[in-house]
Amino acid sequence: MAVKKFVVGLFDDEAVLFPAVKKVRAAGYKLHDVYTPFPVHGLDHAMGLRETSLHTAGFVYGITGTTTALSFMSWVFNSDWPLNIGGKPHFPLPAFIPITFELTVLFAAVGMVMTFCYLCQLMPFVKKHIFHPRQTDDKFVMVIEVTEKTNAEEVKSFLAGAGAQDINEQKAEAGWWFGRWDKDDEPYLRKIQTTNA
Amino acid sequence: MHLKYESTLREPLVDGVKDYHQVTEDIISPIEGKPGTLWYVGFFISLTLLGFGAFSVFWQIYFGVGVWNLNKTIGWGWDITNFVWWVGIGHAGTLISAILLLFRQGWRTGVNRAAEAMTIFAVMCAGQFPIIHMGRVWMAFFILPYPNTRGPVWVNFNSPLLWDVFAISTYFTVSLLFWYSGLLPDFATVRDRAKTKLRKLLYGVAAFGWTGSTKHWQRHEALSLVLAGLSTPLVLSVHTIVSFDFATSVIPGWHTTIFPPYFVAGAIFSGFAMVQTLLIITRKILKLEEYITLGHMEAMNKVIVLTGSVVGCAYLTELFMAWYGANPYEFATFFKYRAAGPLGWSYWIMMTCNVITPQVFWFRKMRRSVAVTFAMSIIVNIGMWFERFVIICTSLYRDYLPSSWSYYRPSWPEVGFYMGTFGLFFTCYFLFAKYFPVIAVAEIKSILKTSGENFKEKMVVYEEESAEKFAHDVAHAH
Repeated sequence: MAVKKFVVGLFDDEAVLFPAVKKVRAAGYKLHDVYTPFPVHGLDHAMGLRETSLHTAGFVYGITGTTTALSFMSWVFNSDWPLNIGGKPHFPLPAFIPITFELTVLFAAVGMVMTFCYLCQLMPFVKKHIFHPRQTDDKFVMVIEVTEKTNAEEVKSFLAGAGAQDINEQKAEAGWWFGRWDKDDEPYLRKIQTTNA
Repeated sequence: MHLKYESTLREPLVDGVKDYHQVTEDIISPIEGKPGTLWYVGFFISLTLLGFGAFSVFWQIYFGVGVWNLNKTIGWGWDITNFVWWVGIGHAGTLISAILLLFRQGWRTGVNRAAEAMTIFAVMCAGQFPIIHMGRVWMAFFILPYPNTRGPVWVNFNSPLLWDVFAISTYFTVSLLFWYSGLLPDFATVRDRAKTKLRKLLYGVAAFGWTGSTKHWQRHEALSLVLAGLSTPLVLSVHTIVSFDFATSVIPGWHTTIFPPYFVAGAIFSGFAMVQTLLIITRKILKLEEYITLGHMEAMNKVIVLTGSVVGCAYLTELFMAWYGANPYEFATFFKYRAAGPLGWSYWIMMTCNVITPQVFWFRKMRRSVAVTFAMSIIVNIGMWFERFVIICTSLYRDYLPSSWSYYRPSWPEVGFYMGTFGLFFTCYFLFAKYFPVIAVAEIKSILKTSGENFKEKMVVYEEESAEKFAHDVAHAH
């Protein structure tokens, strides 16, 4: 976690956003993130993000559930407490299917949601810097990191040329911290410096 | 020659000219205002019912299961009827959120949030019946396979009743996760436009710190898709397992292989009816007619007439098999004590409500009438309640020993318990309708571009140019 400087530009329309993302990447600026109010299809590819492996994780969790259910039930019925239930076999595979299936689904779903929350740092009382309050409403917010090699003024005029509006510079915490959303408690940050272009 | 072509089959999913911000305003602003008088009236009626239900359950736990009118012939009565009925209602929510997502049905976005909420509340209601039915509820944890000091003696993994424990609890958990992960971005929307400190705090906690980052959206999409893929077989398995509670027994009337598909179709049938009941009221009170359109209601009515007819076929198949199977006991159950006999009236209520009346939905005019849809949704729910009552009670009340033949009518704590679950269901639903975004805001925004009035306006430029010019422009796009 560190405090960094960012140049922030707002877009109204996906149709303008896509070419802008391409231009920013071609120009070699460090694209911190693009915040959108809804999933914009293809934006992840345009930004050059790699595919998520969440599905694979889900598969592994599912397999774990299957194995857990099958091995636990057979251990109980065959080794821990073999009980004669109406002379039925001790390894009644068909009768094990329903619970095996349910546990497969349960493990996969719970595991995936927890992994999702872990990867995206989602938890009650987790706070992150919101670059623009309408990034969850109707604006597409492009955030470019200002490194020591970047000239902020140049980025601003570049974004303006790409069709961004309301361009400003923000100094903000790049990671997350614990806090309450009704309090302005961004750590290490005295004051958000906003200069309009 | 113009290029304009407007589909007469696919109507827009959202009516009216709207931009993204307008969508947010329309759906979020009811959360920010004060609830109306109707809301308070409904909420307090629900709370009263819930209170009466709690009292009935207290009465039953204090004096024992004997206060119910169950006897040694009829061991399952209103309680299990209500359990199956509530679980069935839940199924429509998962069908809309999961199966229609996999089938890429755009219209689901208008109704999925409320339908999933309904699923969760219905399963909460359902789960109480088998637990309270146990009698000594404080021993309810015995149904879990935990290491105990009695051996350990484990639960019987061969028993359909135990499968039910796993099925219902998995169903509840997965539905809740699916619903809540979809709610995160919408809670963030409420949080970021909140004016009061309390709202900022509460929705800030509820949104888990969602920002709308592209990477997060990418994972969110992957998660939704896999959860939908998991929920689809799950929802089918749940009612299949519920039907196994009956089908794996040897009671004539229960011992049939048709039960799993028949139960699943019935569940979707009753669930869609309940979705209609709730959404017709919700869209009216929250003024969401532009999002939950007549088109949505028509689509759901089509599902109702389809599943209702599947259920009707199942009824007839059962009757046919009871005759063709040449088992005298099964024949007697169906023809002497179910379609006739002292409880025969319930069979005919079921037939009328589930098979005959839904046939009005073959007519487009009826499918698109709010009044007819609302009335039908109530009728179908009554019919589906009677279906479960018929299956359970008319199979039990005339058993192999005529001296133990019996009749069944519920006692007040049984009725009170049922009313109490209505109280719980509607209390939760009223709170949901007031404090949660009842429509998936982010999902509506993602379909707005391809299906809305403003999209049509943007197309005017292209529609008015000649076909030759359009073809030329496309061919030389670079």
